[in-house]
Amino acid sequence: MRGLTGGVAEVAVEGGTLAQVLAALDAAHPGTRGRVLDDGGRLRRFVNVYVGDEDVRFASGLDTPTPAGTLVSIIPAVAGG
Amino acid sequence: MTPPTMSVLPALHPSATQLPSGPATGLRCRECGATYPLAPEHVCVECFGPLEVDYDLDALRRVTRKSVAAGPPSMWRYVGLLPAGHDDATRVSLGAGMTRLHRADNLGRELGMRRLWVKDDSGNPTHSFKDRVVSVALSAAREFGFTTVACASTGNLANAVAAHAAQANLASVVLIPADLEAGKVVSTAVYGGTLVAVDGTYDDVNRLCAEIAGELPWAFVNVNLRPYYAEGSKTVGYEVAEQLGWRLPAQVVVPMASGSLLTKVDKAFGEFGTLGLVEPSPYAVFGAQASGCAPISAAFRAGHDVVTPVRPATIAKSLAIGNPADGGYALDSVRRTGGAVADVPDEEIVAGIRLLASTEGIFAETAGGVTVATLRRLLDGGLLDPAAETVLLNTGDGLKTLDAVAPVVGPTATIAPSLEAFRKAGLA
Repeated sequence: MRGLTGGVAEVAVEGGTLAQVLAALDAAHPGTRGRVLDDGGRLRRFVNVYVGDEDVRFASGLDTPTPAGTLVSIIPAVAGG
Repeated sequence: MTPPTMSVLPALHPSATQLPSGPATGLRCRECGATYPLAPEHVCVECFGPLEVDYDLDALRRVTRKSVAAGPPSMWRYVGLLPAGHDDATRVSLGAGMTRLHRADNLGRELGMRRLWVKDDSGNPTHSFKDRVVSVALSAAREFGFTTVACASTGNLANAVAAHAAQANLASVVLIPADLEAGKVVSTAVYGGTLVAVDGTYDDVNRLCAEIAGELPWAFVNVNLRPYYAEGSKTVGYEVAEQLGWRLPAQVVVPMASGSLLTKVDKAFGEFGTLGLVEPSPYAVFGAQASGCAPISAAFRAGHDVVTPVRPATIAKSLAIGNPADGGYALDSVRRTGGAVADVPDEEIVAGIRLLASTEGIFAETAGGVTVATLRRLLDGGLLDPAAETVLLNTGDGLKTLDAVAPVVGPTATIAPSLEAFRKAGLA
């Protein structure tokens, strides 16, 4: 996805929930939302999104609150060991 | 107000050139089919799907029973079906593979089965099947020009990476959950290299590794080298077929953590059929999990094809992956072949370890206990045919997980060093 952010690994956007953060990210860096969400607007199977240290699948998914200063991480699923 | 900060991963750092000539032609996304050149990459930039190695079928067809038999007595006899290790100068090998296929008549009788085999991968150099995947991954790492190899591990992979890196003169960095069994920590640290204990679950460690892999030019065997690494697991399936006399078993029972091993055993059987190395006979693939970490089993029962992550709580730490990356593909394999998935609680895992040991003289780690106990459950549930030839995979050595059985086994008696004491204890 760094190809869509000008090679930058960390960017700052605003939004009160994960869905809003992803929308803001897509507005700033078009194409990023489609990498994370499928055509139905759901999280893709092979992407893990964390709000702080919490996997959003254990929280409220796209409705997970993202208070100011929150670190949102988008990380591909990896194999086991 | 400070806006939320977004960390966007990954951007890997291939120091890559090209793999020496072999049958691999490129990488392909398993989800959307996008193709890429061979490189240390594991994620599709279009959809985050996992990348898998693509092969030239004509090149694979050059592998014959004769060419395999003429190869070394190790997994590298199948090099013509693997993506790395084609150049002796860069191949990394401690001699993994060609572990015994043990005919388990006693266990079979105990379970009411007609013909049961145990493929015993505890016989590998660091005593688990992970030596296979690491041998391929580190060969690829060398070919791509990496000098540091790394991994996130539940223990067995840690052992294998540290040992192979030591022998290959590669620097190694191994990250493990801090609560791993002492045996697995010691048997990693002994090889030298950097060992980092992380306060967190395996899934936390894996996340950290995915982030580090985006920052440092390291070869993470189960992250950026995953497409190559995972292919090493095919050799278990190849060996089973060759050791049965170039034919496929009717049923195979495989422990599942990420689910990758199960999918690769399925792939191996399929490839052997396609390439004419065996008669393409039907087979069913069965998956085994611990109930304390059974996301794939839960999805199977619910009829789902997407796996919902769980937080692991089981003694089977080598299977304690709550967010299994290949879970969906494992379900595909199981359902396509007419197999099933089941899970067992910790007490049955311990009973499974003891049953395999007391009937066949094989001391398995907790993952082996999971597989034996799950086999029993599948039989009890009528999901597995007791009359059909079955292979059970034991993926690791019981000496690595002594903690699991230490509370329930021990000396029959502790006595004074005299014949009288011996008799008195009822031992004569």
